Amino acid sequence: MTTAAVPMRERENYLNQEYGIKSWLLTTDHKRIALLYLLSITFFFFIGGFFALLIRLELLTPAGDLVQADTYNKLFTMHGQVMVFFFLIPAVPAVLGNFLIPIMIGAKDLAFPRVNLLSWYIFILGSALMLYTILNGGVDTGWTFYTPLSTEFLTTNVVAAAMAIFVVGFSSILTGLNFIVTIHRLRAPGMTWSRLPLFVWANYATSIIFVLGTPVLAISLALVGLERMFHLGIFDPRLGGDPLLFQHLFWFYSHPAVYVMILPGMGVVSEIVACFSHKRLFGYRFMALALIAIAVLGFLVWAHHMFVAGISLYAALIFSFFSYMVAIPSAIKVFNWTATLYKGSISYTTPMLYAFGFIGLFTMGGMTGLFVAALGVDVHVTDTYFIIAHFHYIMVGGMVMAYLGGMHFWWPKISGRMYPEGWGKLAALLIFIGFNLTFFPQFILGYMGMPRRYWQYSPEFQVLNVLSTAGASILAVGYLLPMVYFLWSMRYGKIADDNPWGAAGLEWMTTSPPTTPNFDEIPTVTWEAYNYDQLTEVPVERQ
Amino acid sequence: MSEHIASKKTYIVVWASLMCLTAATAGASYLELGHFNIVLALLIATCKATLVALIFMGVKYISQKMTWVVIVAGLFWLFILISLSMTDYISRSWR
Amino acid sequence: MSDSSPTLAAHQPGLQHHFATMEQQTDASVMGMWVFLVTEIMFFGGMFVGYMIYRYMYYGPWLEGSQHMDFWWGTINTAVLLCSSLTMALGVRASQLGQRRMLVTFLLITILFGLGFLGIKSIEYHGHWVDGQFPGANFRFSGPNPAQVELFFSFYWAMTGFHALHVLIGIGLVTYVVYRSWKGAYGPDYHNPVENVGLYWHFVDIVWIYLYPLLYLISHKHLSG
Repeated sequence: MTTAAVPMRERENYLNQEYGIKSWLLTTDHKRIALLYLLSITFFFFIGGFFALLIRLELLTPAGDLVQADTYNKLFTMHGQVMVFFFLIPAVPAVLGNFLIPIMIGAKDLAFPRVNLLSWYIFILGSALMLYTILNGGVDTGWTFYTPLSTEFLTTNVVAAAMAIFVVGFSSILTGLNFIVTIHRLRAPGMTWSRLPLFVWANYATSIIFVLGTPVLAISLALVGLERMFHLGIFDPRLGGDPLLFQHLFWFYSHPAVYVMILPGMGVVSEIVACFSHKRLFGYRFMALALIAIAVLGFLVWAHHMFVAGISLYAALIFSFFSYMVAIPSAIKVFNWTATLYKGSISYTTPMLYAFGFIGLFTMGGMTGLFVAALGVDVHVTDTYFIIAHFHYIMVGGMVMAYLGGMHFWWPKISGRMYPEGWGKLAALLIFIGFNLTFFPQFILGYMGMPRRYWQYSPEFQVLNVLSTAGASILAVGYLLPMVYFLWSMRYGKIADDNPWGAAGLEWMTTSPPTTPNFDEIPTVTWEAYNYDQLTEVPVERQ
Repeated sequence: MSEHIASKKTYIVVWASLMCLTAATAGASYLELGHFNIVLALLIATCKATLVALIFMGVKYISQKMTWVVIVAGLFWLFILISLSMTDYISRSWR
Repeated sequence: MSDSSPTLAAHQPGLQHHFATMEQQTDASVMGMWVFLVTEIMFFGGMFVGYMIYRYMYYGPWLEGSQHMDFWWGTINTAVLLCSSLTMALGVRASQLGQRRMLVTFLLITILFGLGFLGIKSIEYHGHWVDGQFPGANFRFSGPNPAQVELFFSFYWAMTGFHALHVLIGIGLVTYVVYRSWKGAYGPDYHNPVENVGLYWHFVDIVWIYLYPLLYLISHKHLSG
């Protein structure tokens, strides 16, 4: 490619078209909004990580020596709330999705660019409320806000935290709405549904959850707020109110939200696996259907969080059955990724290492999910570290891996620079090792009966807890590294080609970084997705 | 653009039917029908809501099939929320 | 925007740069509004499901609670909202036909009906407040099952409160559209914002169409007391 020889600053792109703080804060360009989101969620990732660090340090010893019970309650609550609502849920959709969806479908922008900017400002408003909560002494409801604990007994900033999450929910509703309309109405000529990249399908499925689930979370948190402020007794047992109703409403959103925290990751991994196997993705149609199936089935399983909370046994049977059903589309995905690898020409680049990590860890997270979907086993492991390990394998082992993989994969497109490959591989390896060392011992701890959410524990659990804390420190180094070399590469990194990986997809057919309108001319698509059999050139970066 | 513009008369007829249905539902609440009071009330409410959606909101005239899909999806998800929650409450006393 | 073709832009002032045609833009905007209304269905749906469950569990107290609703104000308010929907629909029609004065007039009447609804609602709220029917420390109820009746009133306040908030937001949106129409922003080619605000207004009406029988008409024993 000849373009690579031209210094970046001479080519016009979305980064250098305008300068100054105003050109960023008032932008309606989806790519710039994606970067605004990137900055915001990275900030929250490190705040949430800081809480996690304090939790792991406290659990280094069986005694409560670093913090006391009340502080510990606040730490795990705010770790959960920050990580779930301010990092994981917006991570892939609001950053990578915002940046890539219009380009992948051959559009100039999302359908409602101003709504997109508005969603970021709403996110910032929610962030401000969350920061106020944190700085004002925190909140200790657990990330789930269970009543009547949250409505009756706590004196911490419950209302502020609930408002923060209420507000930030509207930011994801608007993002989801924007994605749905964009994917329906703004596809380039020839870009049929069966030619959409799976990343787009994944974000479409995610948007369905945003749009249909988030409002229910909003109303349940609003009712908690009203109960605290005005003593409306919607969930108050003294009036005959049912605290389980809150759990029903809360999990109606929050279980599908778990799929918000994995579906976009599946989209990312599909792109990476196809690219670095240099093969058309195996079973494209089933992959797309499986994404939608997971999103829909995800709405039928919520009460499996409540098996021991006193729900009816017969209802529990139904929810357990549907929970097992989710395994089918999930397994389809894992098998098809594996089948794509088979006889592919695989290159072990950094994004691919993350994708491998994702597939393995997601499989473990998913399989242990089947343990806890079983009514009998669930009784044994509910509220133990088994649950903690299970959902961290999905959320961290799955989603964070996919997010980082995606950031590396598309970094040349986003920044116009290559990240240092050697450091990238090192970080990926550190994260994989650190993650397993942190969370695998927790499976065993949970199975042995160590309960979650306590600041002290019996001395016999200490060895495994020390291992876990050691893993967490490796993990921390692994997370700091990309942060450092991404920043470094923005100035010193090698200038990226338009298509450094030899990947298929419209985003690789525009310049790196793209111009503000994405394409000089709206492309007409005449090929299927992942047409790697028609792409012969494998560039040098792939090695 | 070729959009359908309903006549003034249509709107006024729909409005008049809505008022009549309101009177009907108010009147029906004076009858003693036991459990059928709520059935009747919800039936009338659904008729009213359908009229508003079809004519006032123009769903009847919209050419996009997608709008129907969106509406049906919304109602179906509401049905999921209600029915699956109710499985718990109805069967809690079966032991 | 440098990328939009100048000839198109000159003819269609409302067309944004990232859409190819006006039709595509309108389609997208209408679909966006309907998706938004679906989120509203789910938002109110959360309260409706709570209502259903408790009504199933505590039918007696809920019957008792509904006797304390003001039947006539509720019925009149239903009529007021239905009238506002009519004027809103006629307003949208005027915008389709490009009749600016009619559009502004109908929307102003809609706003008046909306304010009337809120006025009547506040009379009712005031009555309930004075009678000690607001949940919490000041709640007074002399009949049987006072706790569950308080639960009913919690739902009454939450559901009608959120509905009234939506009416208030609706009035704000209509006011904005009135201002824009007065400035001549909408015509037969571009009146999508009027339509979308209309959709929102009608949706809020539909919510009330369900709230009215569920809260005011649980079974009627006004005359017998």
